[in-house]
Amino acid sequence: MSLTRKDIENIARLARLELAETEIPVYVDSLSKILDFVGELERAPTDGITPMAHPMPGLAQRLRADEVTETDAHQRYQRNAPQVEAGLYLVPKVIE
Amino acid sequence: MTAPALPATTVAGLARGLAAGRWSSVELTQAYLARVTASQSELNAFVTVTAEAALAAAAAADAARAAGKASALTGVPIAHKDIFCTRDVLTTCGSKMLANFVSPYDATVVAKLAAAGTVNLGKLNMDEFAMGSSNETSFFGPVRNPWDIKRVPGGSSGGSAAAVAARIAPAATATDTGGSIRQPAALCGVTGIKPTYGRVSRYGMIAFASSLDQAGLITVSAEDAAMLLGAMSGFDPRDSTSVDREVPDYVAALDAPLAGLKIGLVREFFEKGLDAQCEQRIREAIAVYEKLGASVREVSCPNLPLSVPTYYVVAPAECSSNLARFDGVRFGHRCESPRNLNDLYSRSRGEGFGAEVKRRIMTGTYVLSAGYYDAYYIKAQRVRQLISADFARAFESVDLLLGPTSPTTAFEIGAKVDDPITMYLNDIYTIGANLAGLPGMSIPVGFADGLPVGLQLVGPHFSEARMLNAAHRYQLETDWHLRVPAAYA
Repeated sequence: MSLTRKDIENIARLARLELAETEIPVYVDSLSKILDFVGELERAPTDGITPMAHPMPGLAQRLRADEVTETDAHQRYQRNAPQVEAGLYLVPKVIE
Repeated sequence: MTAPALPATTVAGLARGLAAGRWSSVELTQAYLARVTASQSELNAFVTVTAEAALAAAAAADAARAAGKASALTGVPIAHKDIFCTRDVLTTCGSKMLANFVSPYDATVVAKLAAAGTVNLGKLNMDEFAMGSSNETSFFGPVRNPWDIKRVPGGSSGGSAAAVAARIAPAATATDTGGSIRQPAALCGVTGIKPTYGRVSRYGMIAFASSLDQAGLITVSAEDAAMLLGAMSGFDPRDSTSVDREVPDYVAALDAPLAGLKIGLVREFFEKGLDAQCEQRIREAIAVYEKLGASVREVSCPNLPLSVPTYYVVAPAECSSNLARFDGVRFGHRCESPRNLNDLYSRSRGEGFGAEVKRRIMTGTYVLSAGYYDAYYIKAQRVRQLISADFARAFESVDLLLGPTSPTTAFEIGAKVDDPITMYLNDIYTIGANLAGLPGMSIPVGFADGLPVGLQLVGPHFSEARMLNAAHRYQLETDWHLRVPAAYA
């Protein structure tokens, strides 16, 4: 699998990652090699095999009761925020 | 390095001395903090040292003991991998993205070990977001291997392994997504245990690949691991993957005889790529098990050679999803003067993540994208099922699988950093256990050219007690786990 510069730019855009100009050829090369490497999986016969998402057989994701268990701590959490005002997280203007 | 000598270096030994009144927790904590400070410029094992809080916790532990309220671990110093959220302490996950993140809460593992009376010395260096096998991807610089400071300690729990190997922390928490506990334990000559998926709570443990991540320990001995694992395991309603199942008494199970133990050697692990000297050490360790009454037979896991490519689809896919939370809005790095919301996301992430993390996010984004999802992601999940079935079949005829932890001993810093595939192949023997959710250990079994070699043990789900027992019996016969690098003796 040989990726192009355009492929990398597209993947980076989907992943919301701004890449420096010098990074692009590095990822063209290494992601192409990784896709070649994982392409080995193609040869494994897997007809009729169920895809495995959870590593523990027979265990499903547990759900909790829909009850309030946490109290409001937004002031403590917002201490890590880059920019807040009046209890709100600030971002650049979204709607002109 | 010149630092104060220690009265004992195992958790069990330190705990016995505390119980007998031979030393106080404050004395121990001071001695370890002095060793941390003296080693830092050489090893770079810590990101943050919490000296003041540690001494306060040690004084509280001594007071609890004086009041007759001590338990086995009260006053024993440990350190946490910097992936575990620690309230009011910097928690970086080895990344520039979180270089300013002071956690508002404790991970369950941190809270449980504090409740058991342990004293936290600080936060240990690691590969960025646990993505790496050499600790070279850390934003805070590589950790160096105390056996040879030109070499890597392994990763991603490189700080944990180096700290325990150099005896600058008696024990450390760690995490393992594809070998991140076992491989650095092997490369640093210490004991590492990755429990069964769901055994230990992951609440407050920064997520990398959620169907694979598990918290565990790096310690000097299996006995130490048994003491600490009991304290950190158990059901946690705050982790939806936590398994509600009784925690056995791991310490009580340590001494059981091994007569009748059925050991399997996975043929595929000995076929190619394993260093000849490492293989010799592994064979010698297996002979010790035979002497202890275990029987050994060969088993085959034909799909296991596909575990690395399977992992490098599944893990990046899950990482690309998990790391979407780092958006420059609620916490973490934010770029200067964003032009618009998209620029805020893209530049904050582009600047905040290092090269390997970006590589994995992009790999994951690609294999999950329209048109490739079935060919890569679903295909890898099918192969994962085959690998898991191989293990299940093996455990129909044996109790434990034994083999190498890593194909080679510690390599030189910089040797593999430009070649991701070669770096990924370090975890060729460890990834299978993560894909199948199985518990695994690595214990030191000797040296090759002066560098430690690790033996890997893999057991069925929830077989930690039997695995720790097997590791402990080996450690009663040998003293590899008690060897300390000359500079840190």
